[in-house]
Amino acid sequence: MAEQQQKYYVPASSPWPIVGAIGLGLIAFGAGHAVIDMSKEQSGFGMNVLFAGIAVILVMLFGWFRDQINESMQGLYSDQLGNSYRQGMSWFIFSEVMFFAAFFGALFYARVIAVEWLGGASNNAMTNEVLWPDFSAMWPLTETPGGTTTQAMGWAGLPLYNTILLVLSSVTCHFAHVGLEKNKRGQLKVMLGITIVLGLIFLYLQGAEYVHAYNDLGLKLDSGVYGNTFYMLTGFHGMHVTLGTIMLIVMFLRVLKGHFTPESHFAFQATSWYWHFVDVVWVCLFFVVYVF
Amino acid sequence: MSTAGEAIQDHDHDHEHHDHKATGVTRWLFTTNHKDIGSLYLWFSFIMFLVGGAMAMVIRAELFQPGLQLVDPHFFNQMTTVHGLIMVFGAVMPAFTGLANWMIPMMIGAPDMALPRMNNWSFWILPFAFAILLGSLFMEGGGPAFGWTFYAPLSTTYSSDSTALFVFSVHIMGISSIMGAINVIVTIMNMRAPGMSYMKMPLFVWTWFITAFLLIAVMPVLAGAVTMVLTDKYFGTSFFDAAGGGDPVMFQHIFWFFGHPEVYIMILPSFGIISAIIPAFTRKPLFGYASMVYATAAIAVLSFLVWAHHMFTTGMPVFAELFFMYCTMLIAVPTGVKIFNWVATMWRGSMTFETPMLFALAFVILFTIGGFSGLMLAITPVDFQYHDTYFVVAHFHYVLVTGAIFSIMAAAYYWLPKWTGNMYDETLAKWHFWLSLISVNVLFFPMHFAGLAGMPRRIPDYALQFADINQIVSIGGFAFGLTQLMFLWIVIKCCRGGEKALAKPWDGAEGLEWTVPSPAPYHTFETPPEIK
Repeated sequence: MAEQQQKYYVPASSPWPIVGAIGLGLIAFGAGHAVIDMSKEQSGFGMNVLFAGIAVILVMLFGWFRDQINESMQGLYSDQLGNSYRQGMSWFIFSEVMFFAAFFGALFYARVIAVEWLGGASNNAMTNEVLWPDFSAMWPLTETPGGTTTQAMGWAGLPLYNTILLVLSSVTCHFAHVGLEKNKRGQLKVMLGITIVLGLIFLYLQGAEYVHAYNDLGLKLDSGVYGNTFYMLTGFHGMHVTLGTIMLIVMFLRVLKGHFTPESHFAFQATSWYWHFVDVVWVCLFFVVYVF
Repeated sequence: MSTAGEAIQDHDHDHEHHDHKATGVTRWLFTTNHKDIGSLYLWFSFIMFLVGGAMAMVIRAELFQPGLQLVDPHFFNQMTTVHGLIMVFGAVMPAFTGLANWMIPMMIGAPDMALPRMNNWSFWILPFAFAILLGSLFMEGGGPAFGWTFYAPLSTTYSSDSTALFVFSVHIMGISSIMGAINVIVTIMNMRAPGMSYMKMPLFVWTWFITAFLLIAVMPVLAGAVTMVLTDKYFGTSFFDAAGGGDPVMFQHIFWFFGHPEVYIMILPSFGIISAIIPAFTRKPLFGYASMVYATAAIAVLSFLVWAHHMFTTGMPVFAELFFMYCTMLIAVPTGVKIFNWVATMWRGSMTFETPMLFALAFVILFTIGGFSGLMLAITPVDFQYHDTYFVVAHFHYVLVTGAIFSIMAAAYYWLPKWTGNMYDETLAKWHFWLSLISVNVLFFPMHFAGLAGMPRRIPDYALQFADINQIVSIGGFAFGLTQLMFLWIVIKCCRGGEKALAKPWDGAEGLEWTVPSPAPYHTFETPPEIK
C-alpha cells in the first residue's frame, strides 16, 4: 500500500457495459418466454429474443475484451489495477463455488435426509406407512417413492477416464503457466495446447456419457432426485468446462500472437485459476455423485 | 466546481481541467464514475421505493375493512409478493450499493471504485431485471403470487405461467449484487490511500466490506434455489417434490441459507451509517470503534448459523430447533454491543438535532424494538404461536423500515450537502422526519397486537375483531406513504439549489469525504491523500 505514490489510473468511460446490460436483459426476457412457450407447447418469440440476447452478449464480450487487451498492450494499466483484477477474479470464483455449493447441498439433503425420511427413518415411520408404503430408502435412488425407475451410473469407465483427463489437464495447465513465467514460450504453447485438447476430449466423453445414461440406463433429468442432482451438477460443471475451454482457446490464440510477458499476464492467470477451479469441482463431484 | 471551501487540503486544488465528463444521456449510459453510478443507484432505488410503496398502499387499502373490497385475492397475493421483492432487491439493496459507490472511494481516499466499468454494468442490468419482473404482472395468469420467499410447492406446482420470468429476473438481480459486492471488496482491499490501514477505515466502509462478503457467499445460493424452482416447474425435476425423492422443506433450507444472511446484508450498512452520524452530531469520537468492527464480523459469522429459525413450525428434530434458537439469541450479544456503543457515544456529548441525527436516533430506538421482537420470535415454543402472524410482519418492518430505510434517509440528509453542494431545507426535512416517525409507528406498532391476537399475514380478508386495528394501521400506512413524497420534493429541491454547503457542513463530522469541496469534485482523489 504505502509505496503506491503513482497517479491512479481510472479507465475511460465505455459503451460496452450498457450493451452488456441490454444483452443480459434480452437473454433473461427471452429465456423466460422460451421456457413458458415450451411448457405450453406453443411457438413464440422467446427463443428469438434469447438468441438475439446471446448475440448481443457475444458482441459485447468481443468489443469489451478487445478494448481491454488494447489498453493493456499500450501499458496503460498500473500494478494496482492488475491487483484489482486478480482479486476480483478470485472472489468471482468464490461466488461460483457457492453456486455449486447450493447443488451439492441439495444432493446432501436429498440423500441423507429427504430420502431417508421418506423411507421412515428418524420419527417418520408414519410418513412412510401412510404416504409411500411401498418405498424403501436407497441411494442411488433407482426407484422413487412415486414409482419412477432408473439405473444408477457407475463410476468406473467413462467417469473415471474423465477424472484422469481433467486432473491431467490441471497439471498441464500449471506447466503452461510455469512456462510463461519462465519465458519458455515453447513449453507454454505445447502445454496449453495439450490442456485444450484434454478439455475437448472431456467434453466429448461427457456428451457420450449423457447419451449412454439416457438411452441405456434410462437415467433422465426427470427420473427423481438422483437424476436431478446428477444432471444439474454435471450439467453446470460441463457448462463451466465449456466456458473454460473457450477461455483457454482465446489464451492460446493470444499466445500465438505474442501476447503476455512473464510479469504481466492477468488474463492467462485468471483462465488458469478458472481451469483449476472446474477441476476441483469435478473431483468433488466425481466422489460425491459417482463413487459414493 | 469548488463553490465553498474551507479546510481543503492542497492535494485537491485545480480539479477543473480534469473534469471532462460527457454530456447528455451518454454520460449516464457509458459512465465509469463512481459518483454518477452512485446517483443512478440511489435514484433507481427511490423509484423502486415508490413503486413498491404503491403496492403497499393497495394492500393497506384492501385491508382497511374486513371482506373483499378492491382487489381479488390472487391480485392481493401478487401485490404482497412483488412489494416484498421490490423493497428488498429494488429499494434497500440498491440504495446501499448507491451509498457505497458514492462514499467508499471518498472515505478511503481512492479515485474511484476498483473496477469502474463492471460497476456500470452491475447498475444497468438492474432496470432490466425489474422491468421483466414488473412486466410479468401484466401477463395472462398474473405475476408471482407466492410471497417473496417463493416457497415450493407454491412457486412450483401452484404458480402462474410467468414464473420463469421471475426466476430469470432474480438471476439478473443476483448477478448485479455479486458484481457490486466484488467491486466493493476489491476497492477496499486494494484502493485505500497510503496510511489508511484496515483499523482506520470508517465504520461505513467496514460494515460494507463485511456485507460484500455476505453477498458473494449467499447470492449464488439464491441463484441455485431459483434454478431448482425453474427446473422443478418446467423441466420435471423433483428437488422439492416428495414423489421424486425430494422435499419441499429442502427448499426452505436452501432459501433461508440465503435469506438470513440477506437480512444482515440489509442492516449492516445501516450500522455503518449510524456509526458515522451519531459521533458527528454528538461531537465525540465513536465509542468502542474496534468492538464495533468485531461485533459486525460476529453478526456476519452467526448469520450463517441461524437460518432455520424461519422454519421452526416446518418440522425439524428437536436438537436442531434448540441449536437454531440458541444461535439466534446469541446474535443479540454483538447487536447489543452496537446499541450500547451508540448510546455511550452520546453520553455527555454536546448533541444537536439536525435531521440526520433525528433519523439516527429514531433508528437506534425503533431498530431496538424490532430487535426485541426478533428475540421473542427466536424462542422456539413462542414462535409456534407467532409464526405467520402480523407479529412477524411488525417485526421485520421495524428492522427494515425504521431500521434500514430510516438509516438510508439519515445517510441521504447527512451526505446530500456533499453530493449536491447545497443544504437541504431543514424545516421541511424536520417535518418529513416527524411525520414519518409518527405515521410509521401508527402503521407498524398496532400490527404487533393484531399478530398476538392471531391475525395471519398474507391474507386479504380477516375476522371482524381485527377491523379497528387494521383501520388504524392503514391510516398510518397512507400517511407514511404520502410523507415520502415530501422526501422526494426535499431531495429535488436540494439538487436544484439552496444555501451553499461548506466543505464540512457538520461540526463534528470526521472522515476524508469532508476534506474535499462540496459538491465533491467529479474525480475526488487523483493522487492519494495523506492519512495521518
